[in-house]
Amino acid sequence: MNRILYLIPLGLFAFIAGLGGYMLTQTKDDAIPSQMIAKPLPEFDLPPATEGVEGLSSSDFVGGGPKLLNLWASWCPPCIAEAPHLETLKEAGAPIYGIAMRDTPEDVAAFLANHGNPYEAIAHDKISAIQFELGSSGLPETFVIDGDGVIRYQHIGDIRKEHVPMLLDLLEQAK
Amino acid sequence: MIPEIGLAALWLAAALSVLQMVAGGLSMREKGVGEGSPFALYARPAAVVQAVLAVLAFTALLYAFAVTDLSVKLVATNSHSEKPFLYKLTGTWGNHEGSMLLWVAVLALSGGLLGGLERRLPEHTMQAALAVQGFVALGFYAFLIGSSNPFERLPVPAAEGIGLNPLLQDIGLALHPPTLYVGYVGLSVAFSLAMGALITRQVTPEFARVMRPWVLGAWVFLTLGITAGSYWAYYELGWGGWWFWDPVENSSLMPWLAATALLHSVSVLAARDALRTWTIMLGVLAFSMSMLGTFLVRSGILTSVHAFAVDPERGTFILILLLIYIGGALGIFAARASAVAEGKTFAITSREGALVFNNVMLTAILAIVLLGTLYPLLTEAFDVRVSVGPPYFNPASALFAVPMFLVMAIGPLLRWKQDKAGRINRELAALIAIFVVGLVLIGLLAETSVLALIGLAFSAGLAIAAFLPLRGRKLGRVPIAVWGMILAHFGVAVALFGMASESAFTEEKLAAISAGETTKVGEWDVTLGSINAIAGPNWTAMEARLSVSRDGSSADTLTPQARAFWSPSQATSESALLTKWDGQLYATIGQSVGLDDEGKERWQLRIWWKPFVTFIWYGGVLIALGGFLAMIGRVRDDLRKRKAVKRRVEEREDMAELAGKAEPAE
Repeated sequence: MNRILYLIPLGLFAFIAGLGGYMLTQTKDDAIPSQMIAKPLPEFDLPPATEGVEGLSSSDFVGGGPKLLNLWASWCPPCIAEAPHLETLKEAGAPIYGIAMRDTPEDVAAFLANHGNPYEAIAHDKISAIQFELGSSGLPETFVIDGDGVIRYQHIGDIRKEHVPMLLDLLEQAK
Repeated sequence: MIPEIGLAALWLAAALSVLQMVAGGLSMREKGVGEGSPFALYARPAAVVQAVLAVLAFTALLYAFAVTDLSVKLVATNSHSEKPFLYKLTGTWGNHEGSMLLWVAVLALSGGLLGGLERRLPEHTMQAALAVQGFVALGFYAFLIGSSNPFERLPVPAAEGIGLNPLLQDIGLALHPPTLYVGYVGLSVAFSLAMGALITRQVTPEFARVMRPWVLGAWVFLTLGITAGSYWAYYELGWGGWWFWDPVENSSLMPWLAATALLHSVSVLAARDALRTWTIMLGVLAFSMSMLGTFLVRSGILTSVHAFAVDPERGTFILILLLIYIGGALGIFAARASAVAEGKTFAITSREGALVFNNVMLTAILAIVLLGTLYPLLTEAFDVRVSVGPPYFNPASALFAVPMFLVMAIGPLLRWKQDKAGRINRELAALIAIFVVGLVLIGLLAETSVLALIGLAFSAGLAIAAFLPLRGRKLGRVPIAVWGMILAHFGVAVALFGMASESAFTEEKLAAISAGETTKVGEWDVTLGSINAIAGPNWTAMEARLSVSRDGSSADTLTPQARAFWSPSQATSESALLTKWDGQLYATIGQSVGLDDEGKERWQLRIWWKPFVTFIWYGGVLIALGGFLAMIGRVRDDLRKRKAVKRRVEEREDMAELAGKAEPAE
């Protein structure tokens, strides 16, 4: 009886060591996936960001295939960096919808004139309300929205060249 | 040159650990005549010289950091030439390699002290203990030299260092890790002694008396280290909490719980020759928890705020060491424990009974903490991410802490071997009365959580119970060790009071105000005087000048800062504290949040009033002080007893000599 009792600590330790050993062989993924994934877009209806562009509402995302939703601002330097890659995405056939945060119509117009306009529509969010609802904490961020208006992917930070094929892939999968 | 000397010293120390292990092991095999074995000569000197060499290696690294020798990789990646001198020094152990070197140096130092000072045990038990100590040290030398060489040079010296994580650029880091490490690694002596006693079947009260001061010494440092670490997290992280159940904090708490159980069970063994196997088990467990903690923290398999540079190779290495040492020790325990008779029996209502109960509860809390720490790992193996926090740890550990505190109050009043509960009826009634009155009063006067309420009532009862063992004794004749116990138990009550009060009565305010505006936190008025940009040696900051006063009394100034460090660039929040006898006002400043109606800039301020929060750390210091007194008392009593025995032996020899001689000497 006692002998078995004395083996218990060794058994417990063997279990812990085994668990530790197994976890060491696993690659650690520290990324925390967005909590918004697989949830529908929050409801919004926003005015155009400047003259000559269209406004945007959440109902625009329901029906008509997957789309990209890009949160940006004219005052955001990484947004300038990602502008050419948005252009590439557009040329590859991705429909891109933009929402400019805390901007002015003049600045938005100047930005589009300088860096191109890949957007189907650009809405203005004066108080970053939609940004908070989407669980976004910085600019730029890009969401892949499927044809039912459900969020499929959240890309944090600027889109770089290497992200373009991945985003196109995700759009394809969202069909 | 100096780093090479350090590395050479490390290699030599490793070689000596082999000598210590082999000599100790071989001399032990010649049964009973350990002293006579030729190998027995080597183990002790090997331990002592090894300690000198390991400390020399650490000093060499300290020097490289002090002069910012950028040809050493570790210095280049963790220091910077324009860092304040103190933080250059503390940077030595603010990284993986340096802190492991400190770990190993303390390990060797403990072994050296054991080999150099301890002469009370039977020699072959001592040789076995030294062999185990050398064996443990060898593994960690191999780890250090093989996969974490702190003295590695760069092929081309760096032009400038990367710098030290700003969170670590704090006086807290100067004290907290070394103290904690002395505690962690000091437990290795208990481990070696326990293994030595088990291997040579010498689990006796005499052995327990020898082991006790070593356990107490390590435990005192561990207590101080945890207390200091908790205070450091409290003011440096700027989150306003003092314990976060972070895996690294848990890794320091688990050895402490095991060591606390150990020092109580070792007392039972010393006084009554009971709990033999259990004491050995705890001796193994305490240091095993230290090693397990090191593994969890360094391998990066758990996510923690204490992020060390993660390297799976290192993790594998430490895991192998764990398998050898913990697995080996528990294996020997399983095989040998039944050969160590369980020792004397005792009644449930006795001092031993109370101590056993305390041991079981402490071990249960240890299991709770261990489970909570490993649980995320367990679920992650099945691809589910969870994090375990206070909602689990607080109630689960309280479940066992509450009965433990109850028994802690009455245990010291009980007699050894057998006692009747009736004998301490009056004390018991008084304690229950205090507890109930406290519970009702606090329950009526304040709205608090159940746990905080119980904590407050308990702390009152425990504080008084701590001094009850003095009843009916002459104060001047109470042994120092008993004073130590009283002080430590009183410290528990004090710390418990601080914890309960902090969780029950803290007032918190998050405000966005501009210069000249006032906000209220509890009884305090906080006025934002101005916000200024200031610069330090390697940082710039926005500093708020807050003028705070309570009920219109004279105002104090608090200056919390939002610091931006360069090299490495990182932002930290420097909290500002105002300590009063009945609590602390804690303020941090956040970001600017735009302009108010008059166009003045508004700033985020976060302010807490934490009544009696400081008692948590006063309590910790009292507990450590109690342990220190107990250690001094035990060692002194023991030395005195030995001196008396020695004198008697000498007298007898002298008498024999006198009788043998024809004429007495002049």
